[in-house]
Amino acid sequence: MGSVGVASGIPARTVRHRLAGEDVIRYALVALFALVLYLFVLYPLLHVIWRSLLGTDGGFVGAANYRRYFSTPAIAASIWNSLFVSVVSMVITVALAGGYAYALTRTLMPGRGLFRVVAMLPLFAPSLVQALAFIYVFGNNGILTRTTGYNVGIYGAKGIVLAEVFYCFPHALLILIAALSATDARLYDAARTLGASPLRTFLTVTLPGIKFGLVSACFVVFTLVITDFGAPKAIGGKFSVMATEIYNQVSGQQNFTMGATVSVVLLIPAVLAFLVDRLVQRRQYALVTASSRPLLPVRRRLADWAGFGYCALIAGVITGMYVSIAVYSLVKRWPYDFTPTLRHYRFDTVGGYAPLWNSVYVAALTAVVGTVLTFVGAYVVEKCRTRGSGALYLLSVLPVSIPGMVLGLAYIFTFNAPGSPLNVLYGTLAILIISNVIHYFTVGFLTATTALRQMDAEFENVSASLGVPFYRTFWRVTVPIALPSIVAISMYFFLNAMVTLSAVVFLVAPGTELAAVAVLLMDDAGDTAQAAAMSVCIIGIGLAVRSGYWALMRGVSRRTQAWREPRENTTLADRGREAAFP
Amino acid sequence: MSTEAARPAAVALEGITKKFGQFVALRGITLSISPGEFVCFLGPSGCGKTTLLRIIAGLERQNTGSVMMGGRDVSGLPPSHRNYGIVFQSYALFPNLTVARNVAYGLETRRRARAVIDRRVDELLALVGLAAHKHKYPAQLSGGEQQRIALARALAPSPALLLLDEPLSALDARVRQSLRHEIRALQRRLGVTTIMVTHDQEEALAMADRIVVMNHGVVEQVGPPLDVYTRPRSPFVARFVGQMNFLEATACARPGWARLGGVEMRHAGGEPTPAGTRLLLAIRPEEILVGPAAGGENRLVTRIRAIQFLGPFTRLTLALPDGTPPLECDVAAGAFAALGAAEGSDLALSLRPDALRVFPAGG
Repeated sequence: MGSVGVASGIPARTVRHRLAGEDVIRYALVALFALVLYLFVLYPLLHVIWRSLLGTDGGFVGAANYRRYFSTPAIAASIWNSLFVSVVSMVITVALAGGYAYALTRTLMPGRGLFRVVAMLPLFAPSLVQALAFIYVFGNNGILTRTTGYNVGIYGAKGIVLAEVFYCFPHALLILIAALSATDARLYDAARTLGASPLRTFLTVTLPGIKFGLVSACFVVFTLVITDFGAPKAIGGKFSVMATEIYNQVSGQQNFTMGATVSVVLLIPAVLAFLVDRLVQRRQYALVTASSRPLLPVRRRLADWAGFGYCALIAGVITGMYVSIAVYSLVKRWPYDFTPTLRHYRFDTVGGYAPLWNSVYVAALTAVVGTVLTFVGAYVVEKCRTRGSGALYLLSVLPVSIPGMVLGLAYIFTFNAPGSPLNVLYGTLAILIISNVIHYFTVGFLTATTALRQMDAEFENVSASLGVPFYRTFWRVTVPIALPSIVAISMYFFLNAMVTLSAVVFLVAPGTELAAVAVLLMDDAGDTAQAAAMSVCIIGIGLAVRSGYWALMRGVSRRTQAWREPRENTTLADRGREAAFP
Repeated sequence: MSTEAARPAAVALEGITKKFGQFVALRGITLSISPGEFVCFLGPSGCGKTTLLRIIAGLERQNTGSVMMGGRDVSGLPPSHRNYGIVFQSYALFPNLTVARNVAYGLETRRRARAVIDRRVDELLALVGLAAHKHKYPAQLSGGEQQRIALARALAPSPALLLLDEPLSALDARVRQSLRHEIRALQRRLGVTTIMVTHDQEEALAMADRIVVMNHGVVEQVGPPLDVYTRPRSPFVARFVGQMNFLEATACARPGWARLGGVEMRHAGGEPTPAGTRLLLAIRPEEILVGPAAGGENRLVTRIRAIQFLGPFTRLTLALPDGTPPLECDVAAGAFAALGAAEGSDLALSLRPDALRVFPAGG
């Protein structure tokens, strides 16, 4: 190209534009968002890493803590234990969810709607609750153990894997449903006209089509399991994983230094899984184009009933789990005395209903703050292009790979440091809200980014040409168009804030107890029936809010979304996106 | 218009350059557009025409050069301070606002009374002939209707300049044709200075007062449509605007003549060139005379290699005896029937000297 020589003659600097009033606001927003991300993501994370390099007396010791960690067999075992349960749970969950998703999307079995709803139930309970359900059935005092006299030895790796499989099931299922829905029927027609057998079609069309979904589901489950604290805490017994090890070091032995060391080690697989997933997804290409025809399943008697049997089995186990928890909380003394009672709902050991209302309050505010922050943040990154946009994007997607325990510990170091002005947040509900917002930041941010990217990039330019400031267009056009995504984001924040345990377990203080933490404490103290009752309350509130939202959205969309094109014009890709939220 | 010679240019560009990394998008563009003029930036994709429009709009910043509007230097002003209306290829209508609210969008921030705004909206909707759709949403309108709403929205604040970025390319052929007339008529009526970017030469020819043909970041030619079509200044312009046959030839000693294979041809002339210089002769398919009309000068006998029936005319692919690239020749359908020619038959033709343009070879 001869242009290179000419290009060197042109100055690199562009003609400067005068700053208009609204540009000042724009840059202020960028600065504010950067400050939030620095203060609540990067700075605390650096704190943890720094602490892992210090001795208990505060002096710099280099890698000494890591050497001690790897040379203490009791602690080092937690690494292999964590990797083991994560990989086993990943394989089982993705396999089970794959079959379930296939039956839901590719067969005409009866009860598809109900099966789908039932499979989502674990999203409404802390991971701890899945573990409790298995303990109630298979534990030392479990109903099966008592009635058959056979103890399966649920405490340990076996129990963790079981609990995690059901805890992660809906997460994997949603991804796989989206992957299986985004298929072009013309590929199947082509395979059939070329005489491919059903097996060959499955191997050459179906599997390659959901390849990226499968990879994504694997990494999501792996990350969920390796960072989970609730289930291993409740059902792990002596089987120690990294998340519980952090808890033991910090809460049990007050050894913050070793807690930080284990945290940094736990960061590695989580960040690695995240990076590999991003790399793989980058290679993804659009399978569904505007001309694609959705695949409509046909009636196949055998397949339909096989799918029904399979889904009924899994849905039955899930239902069974929640029924046992509900029954457990409503009878005098499971499994000996099944006289109905409400006395477990008094919550006398944790001071009544305060933790539950705290949870609702925190979840509601997490939803509001999280939605505003992720949406405005995504807008700032997408529409106010500066040299720092790339860094802001990176910091916004980083939180998904920070395990909750690590985030909680990082916040202790940051907000409970003597002499720091940030200390005012410590011991308040505000810090719980902030930690929840950051813990679940990435999914909200990416959802908002997707919604913004689907909008015409020229909206802001048109407004500028008409002399309308960007914030007015943001409020009058961008927000109304993105309303369904905004509602989905707030729902996501609310539900997760209701059930999360790992990040907040270090941050609750007298007066700011939360329901999920109360379940843990009551279970620890032996008040298992009250723990079950609290779990029922958490699930009940989650379900009620979700249904309320659903009813509300039907009304809202009828009134405010009237401008949307008729339903049948939506693409397959839209449907996949809808599936991303329960 | 021409009486006010002292009026400053509506848009004056001076030495605009723009590069993206090492890629030079625009190299020193200088151009002046008179008030009320309709100017088309025409060129293939990547020629820099859209970049130039976006620099005028202030959506892109130039590396060097200045943009003046009505005598005012706007080079450093943000888009909102430049006083223009713009219509994008995608329309960029706000889908959640009704047609009326879309058109009113630029009026509402200007602190005008509701009644004044309503009157202006009605006026504009009447102007684009969509008054009946006032309360509909954009998604309920056809592509052509959406385009007209986008036009009404851009014109509502009475801007001094209207910018159109490939406004018709997302529409199907028939709608595109009728909208061409409509936009042109509207622009004449309002007298608003308009710049339209397009890659469609037919559109540019049909609509513009002046066409700016661009290629590789430079202006190849500026002129009225007829001028650009009949007197292209370079082989690029000749090829890009309309169809053109090129024939390799050498200059003869006689000025105004060139040797093509074995025959000498008289051409339209141009700068005198020494004998033996390699030249390119160019003639449009419809300018080649065949059959009874092919008398007089510059006669050739060719063989018909292919016949394409294209409705109003028939396109013939004609092989020359010496194996140079074949000529394309358009004959009116009726005239072709009268010829009674078939594929493989010989056909006499003449290349009218006044239509036989000459370019230096290697262009």
